[in-house]
Amino acid sequence: MDMKVAKKKLALKEKYKLLTRDLGWEPSYQKKDDIYPYIKYEGIKIHDWDKWEDPFRLTMDSYWKYQAEKERKFYAIIDAHAQNNGHLNITDARYLSALKIFLQAISPGEYAAGKGFARTGREFPGVGTQVACQMQSIDEIRHAQTQIHALSNYNKFYNGFHAFADARDRMWYCTLPRSFFDDAMSSGPFEFMIAIGFSFEYVLTNLLFVPFMSGAAYNGDMATVTFGFSAQSDEARHMTLGLECIKFMLEQDPDNLPIVQNWIDKWFWRGFRLLGVVGTMMDYMLPKRVMSWREAFEIYGIENGGALFNDLARYGIRPPRGWDDAGKALDHMSHQFMLALYQYNFGTAFHTDIPTEEDMAWLDKKYPTTFNKYYRPRWEHIRKLKEAGTPYKNMGLAKLCQTCQIPTVFTEPDDPTQLTIREVDYKGDKYHFCSEGCQHIFENEPEKYIQAVLPMPQLFQAPLSGDLVAWMNWVGLQNGKDNGDYFGSEDQKNFDAWRDLATRNV
Amino acid sequence: MSTVFIALQANEDTRPIIDAIVLDNPECTVNRQPAMVKIDAQGKLTVRRETIEEQLGRPFDLQELQVNLITLSGNVDEDEDSLTLCWNS
Amino acid sequence: MQIDLRTVSIEPLRQTFDHLARRFGNKPASRYQEGSYDIQATENLHYRPTWDPDQLIYDASITRIVMQDWYALKDPRQFYYNNYTLARARQQETTEANFTFVETRGLADAIPDDLRQTVLDLLVPLRHAAWGANMNNTLVCGYGYAAIFTQACMFHAMDNLGIAQYLSRIGLLLGDVEALEAGKTDWLESEVWQPLRRYVEDTLVIRDPFELYVAQNVALDGLLYPLVYEQLIDGDLSPRGASAVAMLTQFMRDWYEETRKWIDAVIKTAAAESPANRAVLEEWTTHWTQRAADALLPIVRQANAEQAETMLAEEVTALKARLKKTGIEI
Ligand SMILES: [Fe+2]
Ligand SMILES: [Fe+2]
Ligand SMILES: [Zn+2]
Repeated sequence: MDMKVAKKKLALKEKYKLLTRDLGWEPSYQKKDDIYPYIKYEGIKIHDWDKWEDPFRLTMDSYWKYQAEKERKFYAIIDAHAQNNGHLNITDARYLSALKIFLQAISPGEYAAGKGFARTGREFPGVGTQVACQMQSIDEIRHAQTQIHALSNYNKFYNGFHAFADARDRMWYCTLPRSFFDDAMSSGPFEFMIAIGFSFEYVLTNLLFVPFMSGAAYNGDMATVTFGFSAQSDEARHMTLGLECIKFMLEQDPDNLPIVQNWIDKWFWRGFRLLGVVGTMMDYMLPKRVMSWREAFEIYGIENGGALFNDLARYGIRPPRGWDDAGKALDHMSHQFMLALYQYNFGTAFHTDIPTEEDMAWLDKKYPTTFNKYYRPRWEHIRKLKEAGTPYKNMGLAKLCQTCQIPTVFTEPDDPTQLTIREVDYKGDKYHFCSEGCQHIFENEPEKYIQAVLPMPQLFQAPLSGDLVAWMNWVGLQNGKDNGDYFGSEDQKNFDAWRDLATRNV
Repeated sequence: MSTVFIALQANEDTRPIIDAIVLDNPECTVNRQPAMVKIDAQGKLTVRRETIEEQLGRPFDLQELQVNLITLSGNVDEDEDSLTLCWNS
Repeated sequence: MQIDLRTVSIEPLRQTFDHLARRFGNKPASRYQEGSYDIQATENLHYRPTWDPDQLIYDASITRIVMQDWYALKDPRQFYYNNYTLARARQQETTEANFTFVETRGLADAIPDDLRQTVLDLLVPLRHAAWGANMNNTLVCGYGYAAIFTQACMFHAMDNLGIAQYLSRIGLLLGDVEALEAGKTDWLESEVWQPLRRYVEDTLVIRDPFELYVAQNVALDGLLYPLVYEQLIDGDLSPRGASAVAMLTQFMRDWYEETRKWIDAVIKTAAAESPANRAVLEEWTTHWTQRAADALLPIVRQANAEQAETMLAEEVTALKARLKKTGIEI
């Protein structure tokens, strides 16, 4: 048999085109508008889907191959972690609060993103775009699952993890990420891309998975580092898709600019508020800290986000509307949010604490202009109350922001002593907001945001009617185990006892 | 000029890749953090397959980068020979 | 300080997450269970979709199929991302080896020209049908209800895409870029392919996720795969000298064998739920199987004029028998 000369090798770009976008065709038996019914109502004009640039050119065979390699590494590490009591390697069990929040608040978002990208992966008419979205969809399923699997072993030994699926739908602070994702899911396909592709992926996941995971490494938690970095390697593709999509919209028609700008404004602020959670995790929940939330935000929010907006300036994009307010909030947000979480810690399925003297010295170093001035006195006051046996608990009904759903605990950008409370009357009802940014978002789409399900009022309505015990049962919170202060908790006692066993000959 | 970056997991697989990136981008800054190496560059960073192959001593498909990639920043342009990150401003 | 943590023997406080303990009791859950059950939001959905305010963000009522618990639609393969991806990675390795084997030994060139043309005429346009399948399963994932069902649909959609790409590579290998161009022209213009293209386009406007599942995975692919890969390639073209093509399409054959178990399980569970479900499923399968058979006939006939009717009749009978086992009579 004679060996024939190999056919001319197609370049990667050319081959990828043939293997993806060339699969589609112009339909003639059905109308394009009926096949892609949701593509016009947002007002985005696309003239030529072929102009779409594929960011990464992974065909399915390479996708399976490389993802399988990541998966093998990941499960090898978490299997070993479970078998060898890897949870006892963490610095101390205080750290677990961050993981509990992760599982209750972030992992369900991963799943929602997967669902949303299946939708955009079907609704966009361009095959290149469809395929990129579909890969992201299956990746996000991966993230939800690897996170649950990595944290599953912690659930066996520590409180606060066990009811994450109930918390997702019912817990008051979980409504913050839930409303973020529900907002994105109820938006059209293009806005969804800005919400998740840009705001969540580009700004948030970097902060969530890069400095936070370095923090996990620093705190001896190899299971979390592994899921974090393994997920973020997919996020690199997702961020690039988000960026590609923004550029594509802007290049297709100048009329798209104001719509895209409006979405960037909205989703930057939505994302920034959601980041408040990450801020408290980084500044208050890591026993050993790599960098402050502020420092992380400087790198991944300001520097990296700034680079992006400079790049997009050629299309007429300006930095998002809340950019300056965000800058001003940087030195305050994590402290204000943490104080709120602490005073409601009878109702959180994770432990919080009054920062120790050592913690406060660190916080002062990282927030030299604000911590000692505004927040140390409050913590010291709270500590005094606790020592006096009259711990400070806020059992009252917090006013929640109608948009981001955080209690209205933030201050005016230019006056950290002045609590921001904005109100809007709409169709005879009064709505509260944590910030000008959130009020602005509401006023753009009031009919959407009046639908928000606010968890605090729910507690005081039938069938719970203010019954805290019934509420705890309903959200899956075990009083005295999952909630309250870390010091004195079952988690602390167990962790210390188990660690003790490990270091002595019994 | 804005900063572009690429971050890789710190492990045996990535050591030669990082060496290659530094060879191709002598102006870049290498930050070693827990479990992660982040390489920053001003405006542009290029990862070349050939240089990686020289460091590695075996053929390398640039898409293999995916396995140990943590994150990146900048507009991405990838073909079989190189991956370039850049900001246009 | 290096601590030997393995020597520490401690009792877990609990075996699993609450939602899994409620379903399966307080015992360690499998990774499939942990990754699949109850992970989609169900309560307190905040906003109505702006793209269709009549729906909820996750809405079980957009299909005519009614389930008490959508998580009953278990996947017998118990695929979650990890074991799915690992399974496909192994298969792609075999496929890659098969392509390399065929390429390096010039086996493609050894196929007689007329037979090669028959193969190209049959397989290349199918890559477009596979893309249609990819779109449809993506829709079922996007709008279907409950992770246990929809994640498997996403895996299936990615498989459909993988198959479209393997078919394209077969086209490139046997006939270069020109073969893909010719295949697309056939798909768009040739009489032989129009009924199938119409079928695919008609399914692209279905918005009931479960009907779409039936039209795509049960009816169309339930006939197309055995007809093309078993009857035509294995039974006819391969013995005539195209055995290299049988190697290049091994993925499709293995995939069909594997995935039909999942599809049957889904249909069986949905049908067993209620007489109403059964009636709807019978209506859909009857309608779409008839249409799929009509759409496939000219394609089979083009590859084998004499036996086309017999082959199709056999496969329709086989599909009916398969459905009967799931409780569906057509
Ligand atoms: Fe993710
Ligand atoms: Fe992502
Ligand atoms: Zn707000």
